[in-house]
Parts: sequence; C-alpha cells; structure tokens
Amino acid sequence: MTMQTDWQNEVYPALKSTGIKHLAYVPDAGHTAAIQQAHADEDIQPIVLTTEEEGIGYLAGAWLGGNRGALLMQSSGVGNCINTLALQSCARFPLLMVITMRGDWAEFNQWQNPMGQATEDALKLMGVMTWRADRPEDIGKLIRGAGTMAFDGDCACAVILGQQLIGEKKWVD
Amino acid sequence: MGRLVQGHNLDRRDVVGSLLEDRSNMLVVTGLGSSSYDVMAAGDHGNNFYLWAAMGSAAMVGCGVAEAQPDKSVVVITGDGEMLMGFGSLATIALRKPPNLSIVIMNNGHYGETGMQLSHAGFGIDLADVARACGFPQVQTIQDQAGVKTLADSLIAGGQLQFADVRIKAESLPRVLPPRDGVYVKNRFRQALGLAPN
Repeated sequence: MTMQTDWQNEVYPALKSTGIKHLAYVPDAGHTAAIQQAHADEDIQPIVLTTEEEGIGYLAGAWLGGNRGALLMQSSGVGNCINTLALQSCARFPLLMVITMRGDWAEFNQWQNPMGQATEDALKLMGVMTWRADRPEDIGKLIRGAGTMAFDGDCACAVILGQQLIGEKKWVD
Repeated sequence: MGRLVQGHNLDRRDVVGSLLEDRSNMLVVTGLGSSSYDVMAAGDHGNNFYLWAAMGSAAMVGCGVAEAQPDKSVVVITGDGEMLMGFGSLATIALRKPPNLSIVIMNNGHYGETGMQLSHAGFGIDLADVARACGFPQVQTIQDQAGVKTLADSLIAGGQLQFADVRIKAESLPRVLPPRDGVYVKNRFRQALGLAPN
C-alpha cells in the first residue's frame, strides 16, 4: 500500500508563516509531518496534549503572555473541545486549529462517522470559522488566511483537511 | 468509596491573602468558582486572569502564560473540582516542567459552587500523589499556617515547577466577583505586560 503524503508538507510551513511559537497537538496520522517538523524546529515549542481542549487553554495562556500558537487535532477531538471553546468565545482569544478528518470519505471504521459528520457543524455552533481543503494546493493559503483572521481579528479559525487528501486507508491486507 | 475529607482546616481567604501579599510581578490565573472570588477578595490586579467557564482549563492557561513569560512567576489558583476536570493536564504540564509555574489547589474536597457535593478529592483521591506520580519536581500538601508561609516563599522564589495541595475548610463565603468581561480582563492582562491588545 502506498499513501500519498506530500500534502502533509504544506501544513507546517504555512503555520510557521503565521508567526506561531507554540504548536499544541493530539497526534493524528495526517499530522505526522507537521509534528515531526515542529519537534525538529528550535524556534517552536511542541506540546503533546492528553486531550484536545488542553490546547485551547494553553494557547489562551500563551496569547496572554504575548505569543501565538496553533492546535492540531483529528476531527474526533473537536467533540472534546466544545465546552472549552467558551474561553475563546468570551474573551475573544485568537485560535488557529488544523483538523484532519475521519468519518468523512472512504471511512472503513463507521464508529468515526458520527463525530466526523458533525465536526464542521459543531465548530460553527461554537462560533469557530471553518475552511475546508480537499486539494493539496489549497492547504497553505487556507492556513495562512485563517491565521490572519485568528491573530489579526481575535477570531477562532479552523482549517479542515478532508479525508480525500489523506487517501483511502487499507485496513486488511 | 474511600475515606472522607479530613484535615481540611485552613481559611481559604486567609491562605490566598497570604500567598498574594507580596506578589510583586506575579501573574495569577484562577479557575472558575470560589478560588476566583478568593483572588478577587485579595485585591483586583492587572496581572490576574480570571476564568468564568472552560472548567478544567486553569492549569493549562497558566502553563501557556508561563511558557510565554519565562521570567515571571506564574501561579494558578484553582479548586479541587476544577483541577479534577483537567486531570490530564497535570501529565501534559509535568512533561513541559516550566520552572516558573506553580499550581495551587484550594482543596476543600467539595464542589462549592453547586451545593457542596463531595469531589473525588473529598472521597479520598490524593491530588498531591497524582502530581508526584506525573513527575512534578516539587509537591507539597499544606495543612497549617507554617505550610502556607513556606508556600508563599516558594511562589516568590520559583525555580522549579511546583504543585501545592492546600487543605481548606469547606465553607461558602460571601462572593467577591471578579470582572466578567473576558475581553477586558484579557486586554488588561496583556497591557500590564506591555503588550498591545492585538
């Protein structure tokens, strides 16, 4: 099985160009390259989280202290963040998230579908603006644009990376 | 269900008043509920950030501030219930070990804001043991005035990540409400650090 992963290399440079110093994450296969690149970058503090909402608090604190950061997660993690997004909403903290999709397209494990199908709506319900990339060439510009609206406009912004980017996952040989 | 709360005798307002008496440039983050009223009762301050929601987030907000402001002492003051909701963050913070961060738990073993129901801490989970197991380099359980004094000194001295489980009486005191406008408190905090609102 070969998996197309070149698109993954679009994510980290775009995030870096928004001026972030912190990259908080719960791992996902689709974020592998960005996580590795963050760990290899001396100018960035990578923070592994036990659950995604920790990142919302962490980045709020970093902003209070004068730093920008971003948060990586899989679509299932959006469900974990719902109540904590009140922090962003009430204090208008900038929030830049990049979310890899499951339960979106060609999903073998249907247990991923309920949260995957609700991901974008759930974000919008909590006041998060969303953009969706299904083609590699859209990733960089969407992340840079979301970063502008997050850090210059004190908004919560999420770029969603569709499962068509990630490819069909072969579960059984 | 384990042992019930015992040895929780300190007065929460006295404790917080003592901890913040000589606060200098200390940055303070409070969890929602009674601990934010305690910090407010000790005196509103531009270096305070009060959470009114996002239960479980106080320690992580403090961690973010500490990493962004490594030369300032950052103190999180929150309740046992609020800390329990973000228990995983103790593991996250213990991996980072910001040396300028102190997490102070106002532990009365109860959910004070919702009618004094027992918390896991009240039912016997030892929060200090959890912090120790996660790898916090300095962990204290504070049960008397001498301990409060030691803690106050260590907040100022800093030098390593620490966790303090402060055993306070379970009582509902008059609320002293911090400002609820999150944007105002956020921008005031940044301004006090010499940062622009945006």
